[in-house]
Amino acid sequence: MAEKQYDWKAIAKNPKFVELHHKKTAFLFGWWIFSCVYYFLLPIGAAYTPGIFKVKIIGVVNFGYIFALSQFFVSWGIALYYSHVANKDFDRLTRELIDELHL
Amino acid sequence: MTIKKIFIAASLALSVAAAAYAEEAKAPAAGAAPAMSAPAAQGAPAATAAAPAPNAAASVATPAPAAPAPAKKELKTNKTITIGMFMIIIAVTMGVVVWAAKQTKSAADFYAAGGGITGTQNGWAIAGDYMSAASFLGISGLISLYGYDGFMYSVGWLVAYITVLLIVAEPCRNAGKYTLGDILSFRTSPKPVRAFAALSTVAVSTFYLTAQMVGAGKLMALLIGIPYKMSIIGVGVLMVGYVVFGGMVATTWVQIIKAGLLMSGAFLLSFLVMIKAGFNPIGFFSTIVSSPEIQDHVSKLVLKDGVILSGVDAGQRFLEPGLYLKNPLDQISLGMALVLGTAGMPHILMRFFTVPTAQAARKSVIIAMFIIGGFYVLTTLLGFGAAIHLTPQGITSVDPGGNMATLMLAQQMGADIAPIIGDLFLAFLCAVAFATILAVVSGLVLAASAAIAHDIYVNVIKDGHADQHEQVFAARATSFVVGACGIMIGLAAEKQNVAHLVALAFAVAASGNLPVVVLSLFWRKFNTAGVISGLLVGTIASIGLVMVSPNMTYPKVVAEGGKKVIAAMEKKQAALPAGQSLSEKDAKALAKAKVDAQQTGTSMVGLEKPLFTLKNPGLISIPLGFMAAILGALAFPNRRSEEMFDEVYVRQNTGLGMAKAVEH
Repeated sequence: MAEKQYDWKAIAKNPKFVELHHKKTAFLFGWWIFSCVYYFLLPIGAAYTPGIFKVKIIGVVNFGYIFALSQFFVSWGIALYYSHVANKDFDRLTRELIDELHL
Repeated sequence: MTIKKIFIAASLALSVAAAAYAEEAKAPAAGAAPAMSAPAAQGAPAATAAAPAPNAAASVATPAPAAPAPAKKELKTNKTITIGMFMIIIAVTMGVVVWAAKQTKSAADFYAAGGGITGTQNGWAIAGDYMSAASFLGISGLISLYGYDGFMYSVGWLVAYITVLLIVAEPCRNAGKYTLGDILSFRTSPKPVRAFAALSTVAVSTFYLTAQMVGAGKLMALLIGIPYKMSIIGVGVLMVGYVVFGGMVATTWVQIIKAGLLMSGAFLLSFLVMIKAGFNPIGFFSTIVSSPEIQDHVSKLVLKDGVILSGVDAGQRFLEPGLYLKNPLDQISLGMALVLGTAGMPHILMRFFTVPTAQAARKSVIIAMFIIGGFYVLTTLLGFGAAIHLTPQGITSVDPGGNMATLMLAQQMGADIAPIIGDLFLAFLCAVAFATILAVVSGLVLAASAAIAHDIYVNVIKDGHADQHEQVFAARATSFVVGACGIMIGLAAEKQNVAHLVALAFAVAASGNLPVVVLSLFWRKFNTAGVISGLLVGTIASIGLVMVSPNMTYPKVVAEGGKKVIAAMEKKQAALPAGQSLSEKDAKALAKAKVDAQQTGTSMVGLEKPLFTLKNPGLISIPLGFMAAILGALAFPNRRSEEMFDEVYVRQNTGLGMAKAVEH
């Protein structure tokens, strides 16, 4: 199969691509750092502030348990939010870019 | 084609015969073996191969109850039902292999299922690839014995997928083809980079595979009483059969089937636990706190740290951190290895090459996250449920590590409805554990084989000049050799302590693979020197730190512990009224301590005590890996690599030029 040749440098300078690149970088690394900070609060908090983890919230269920459980929902939330933004914005920008280049 | 059919038939026969032979070792039911291998050898699919199984098993099962009851409590499986279920799994997966083998014609088919797996299918396969028997049985066991800490431990395994989703999945789908080497060699000197990437892939896969194989052998011995060596050979033959004949298509479907079985089992069991709790989660937790057995268990646990707790306070302590995970730095170190290592695991990266587009890769990670996360949330119910209904004392009497908690719970929950349902449910979960092992080891063998056959043989030795036929043959032959090596390592490592190897695999992936993958994808100045120095330093640092860590056995430290036990026992003996001797348990501990106290010498690398106090090296080795990769690239700048960054970056973001990767 003969491979299509692209002018990669030109595409990289295309304003649509630059916009896509900036949006994606900010979104991906921003949320990645948020999820890491949120996750590491769990082992760090359990080790250094056990008092907070022992506070009972509902019946015998304490803050520590709810915080650990919230990790699952936060991770799922980030995943769904990313999926929403990527399907709506990133994929649209990519499609527009490809259309513009007549590829 | 006929030769291929003979191969398939032979592998079917081998695997069934291996299972049958393992049974013979238990009881001389020799007649079973030929009867079972005969229909299989004719290449008969599912039903016929499975049919003779219950009969063969029945003849074995009869002598079992007659055996004198051992002093130690055991998990009693109904052998007829259990082996029947194992046979169904073997038959179904072998059917999948026969079907997959027909579709596997090119290298793309073998390594990446021709890019024809859908996002949803791949999501289930990722979950099946990732959740090992250790997470299935081990984490619920930890929760049943140590409460909160077991749950906290499980969180990192899901959060790890945020890194996979946001950083590596889509770019890798767009920039890669079959292996880690493909991604890394794009704008670097292909030969050295591929060689090092392959070495690192093989190292990670071998560590992980060894841990899985040894775990498989021990688990099968516990579950259905098959001797260790037979279990390893049986699992190994099946694993080789799946990969050699079915390649990625068969491996994917084995993983999907396993994930489906695992989730059904976990759902059903959690449902039964919740029925008992009247669907009242708050009441469920109150039962834990007020259980006298759990209170007693926790009092004993905290007494070791010199804390006195009793009654409801002890019960409440079960829901608080610190009963099991006592070194926070080690936890953070493990967390780092998980969060960064999962995204650097070659067998997980490889899964993204099986889907056609970046969108499908994205969808597959999100589906996998819901399956994996859902499973760990259910695991909490299983672990706490086991603590309530079986009591920690009951669980440790069967297995001190708590690994049997889920299975015992299944038997009891089922038996509360009717005894036969207990046996059926237990057999079903044993079969799930078996399928779990098969799915994980197959993925690992495939990843290691792809690195050797595709990176080293085709691209380094043959300069990429190999036709499809030769590539597929190389892939099959390599898988066979890798699988055979896996079996031999499993046999040799029976008496070794392999628990740290999973953590080591994640540490190497996080310190060696991930930094170079991320820098290759996102840093313009990254180049060959950076890849090689990053891979080398990250890998060597992780392995080196584990070699001098508390994971190794230090005879002098063991001897000291032994002396302490002897002193304590002597004190206990002195306190006893004259003429009375120590209890059986204490006497055993004393005998073991006396042996331990005699130990002298040094650890594997000649140390008397650990140099590095953490069990998980990630905290040090991950920054080292990143630094080495960055410094290496800066020290030897390369213009071509910098110029090609635009191409890599546009490709990974847009998927342009990707047809090459799929259609080849």
